[in-house]
Amino acid sequence: MSGIKENLMEIRGLVVAVGGKEILHGVNLNIHVGETHVLFGPNGSGKSTLLMTMMGSPRYHVTRGSIIFKGKDIVGLPIDERARMGIGMSVQRPPVVRGVKTRDMVAACVGSRQPEESVESMAARADMSDFLDRDINYGFSGGEVKRSELLQLLAQRPDLALLDEPESGVDLVNIALIGKLINDLLQKDHYLRDRNRSGLIITHTGHILEYVSARTGYVLMDGVVVCEGDPKEILETIKKKGYEECRKCAI
Amino acid sequence: MPEMRDIKTSKEAVEKAKSAQAKQARFGQDIALDSYAQSAESIDYQRDLSQLPQATKERMLEVGVVTDDKVERSGTIVQMDSSVIHSLTKQDDVEVMSTNQAMEKHGWLADYLWKAVSVDSDKYTAHVELHHSNGYFIRSLTGSKSVYPIQACLYLNKKNLAQTVHNIIIAEENSELHIITGCTSGGKNEPGLHLGVSEFYVKKGAKVSFTMIHNWDPQIAVRPRTGIIVEEGGVFISNYVIMKPVQSLQTNPVARCVGENAVVRFNSILVAQPGSSMDVGSQVILDAKGARTEIISRTITTGGTITARGYIEGNAPEVKGHLECRGLILGEKGIIHAIPELKGQIAGIDLSHEAAIGKIAEEEVEYLMMRGLTRDAATATIVRGFLRVDIEGLPDQLNQELRHAVEASEKDLM
Repeated sequence: MSGIKENLMEIRGLVVAVGGKEILHGVNLNIHVGETHVLFGPNGSGKSTLLMTMMGSPRYHVTRGSIIFKGKDIVGLPIDERARMGIGMSVQRPPVVRGVKTRDMVAACVGSRQPEESVESMAARADMSDFLDRDINYGFSGGEVKRSELLQLLAQRPDLALLDEPESGVDLVNIALIGKLINDLLQKDHYLRDRNRSGLIITHTGHILEYVSARTGYVLMDGVVVCEGDPKEILETIKKKGYEECRKCAI
Repeated sequence: MPEMRDIKTSKEAVEKAKSAQAKQARFGQDIALDSYAQSAESIDYQRDLSQLPQATKERMLEVGVVTDDKVERSGTIVQMDSSVIHSLTKQDDVEVMSTNQAMEKHGWLADYLWKAVSVDSDKYTAHVELHHSNGYFIRSLTGSKSVYPIQACLYLNKKNLAQTVHNIIIAEENSELHIITGCTSGGKNEPGLHLGVSEFYVKKGAKVSFTMIHNWDPQIAVRPRTGIIVEEGGVFISNYVIMKPVQSLQTNPVARCVGENAVVRFNSILVAQPGSSMDVGSQVILDAKGARTEIISRTITTGGTITARGYIEGNAPEVKGHLECRGLILGEKGIIHAIPELKGQIAGIDLSHEAAIGKIAEEEVEYLMMRGLTRDAATATIVRGFLRVDIEGLPDQLNQELRHAVEASEKDLM
């Protein structure tokens, strides 16, 4: 048995424009059920654009290509339908929504499904108990924002979690907790054959890889995937030689 | 015949009122007072409010006035048109009665008339003085504490009536008083005018919360005139909610902190539907050392016009004030004009303001949609959040009631 399960997300020849400017120039990507993939790339390479397009933000126009999730092309579907199909996202810099409490957001994530765990218990796991009755993201520190995002995803239980720089702005004490929450979210304690959750993680520093294992890494440069391979190997190369080496690789 | 007020108003007040009869208000559209009826037929006293017609009771309930099960109220007073049809207090240390009765009972009360509001402020205050009607008197005795809020209802029922009320609220030293006032009309889309003078005296160490819900009809004009005097260590909290249509509303209450460390908070939630014109302000004068205030308004227009004013004046050392006006324009039309003003006249004060008017941020809608909410549900959640003002110092039960009242009206917005 190969251990590889069915395709969860398949992106083919994806071209995306924002405000009339093409950002992604034909991206291909495959994520199978239970796998975690990592996306590297310098600032402005299009990493967040890719995640926001997968999530369905209308500002990101798909001009060509397809995004197949659970066998269905989801291009054109609104964000909430994608969320209900099983895609969840941790936003890098989420907005403050005044008067909407963290508790309300967690409740929205649970939706009409039978909750597996109480809001309080999930919040305790994310060290967010004191934030449940605060306005979402209002006055949150970098680490608190990330924990709050992961708390929401724990409640949402998406089949595919898109994590945009989960470690940015997080101090060393918090990063271990962030790592643990991601592992919980992605069922890393399950054997691969029993694991149903998949992830795609954007990382700038690669720090999170010390806590979360990933199967495949990609390097995105100028809107194109220039490299695909073992994430730790890619990270080592980037650390030693910078992204320019990846560009050579593409040539 | 209307119940005539046997108030021994001073000659001076009458003279001043007469001189101000033609004095237009500084703000708001001018109203021709002579186009309204000046008196109403007397309405019988109702010992049991649950006997009122169902429709009347429902209107009253919408503004927080409970008629059937008054378990969670310490007292009740209801004025319909010109008649006080019910008044009751369950606590010996809290007085609740019509202003007329109170004037008969307490000779000293004349000293409180027109001290927090000037009788010659404008033609509306003058009109209230010259056209004797009624109003409510609520007084908490020294050191008393109301277990539950006192509820007061001002109900405008008669077509085309100018309802004139003069309310006096006194919280004696170290007492605590919570009041819910519901002002409403019959839901009949008929013209009418409500002129309400309210004078608050918050004595040393006392605390008053005043939660007022307005629910008028599209042809009703409203000109409340309110003054508050807060003594040393006193606290006054005002919560004002109007989310239903009104033709024209203009009010600009003034609170004066005359004692050290007095605190005043104004929270207003205003929703202007098409055809509604609202000019609502709050003014706080910080005249004593260490006095503090916070003025917060949340305004939404779905097509009406709102002027949201705020004014803080610092005249004493170590005073602190903050003013926050936030407005949302929902829909294509509608105007919100925020006018926050600060005036400092002495060194060592700390006054600030922030004002913002906008639409619902698409980024926020998308964020909530990522969690599985539909676009409509996300929008509704954001509006509900916008209107959610957590009020410090308000008992939990009152906070909940206020939240329910706001949520009940939110449906109309969507």
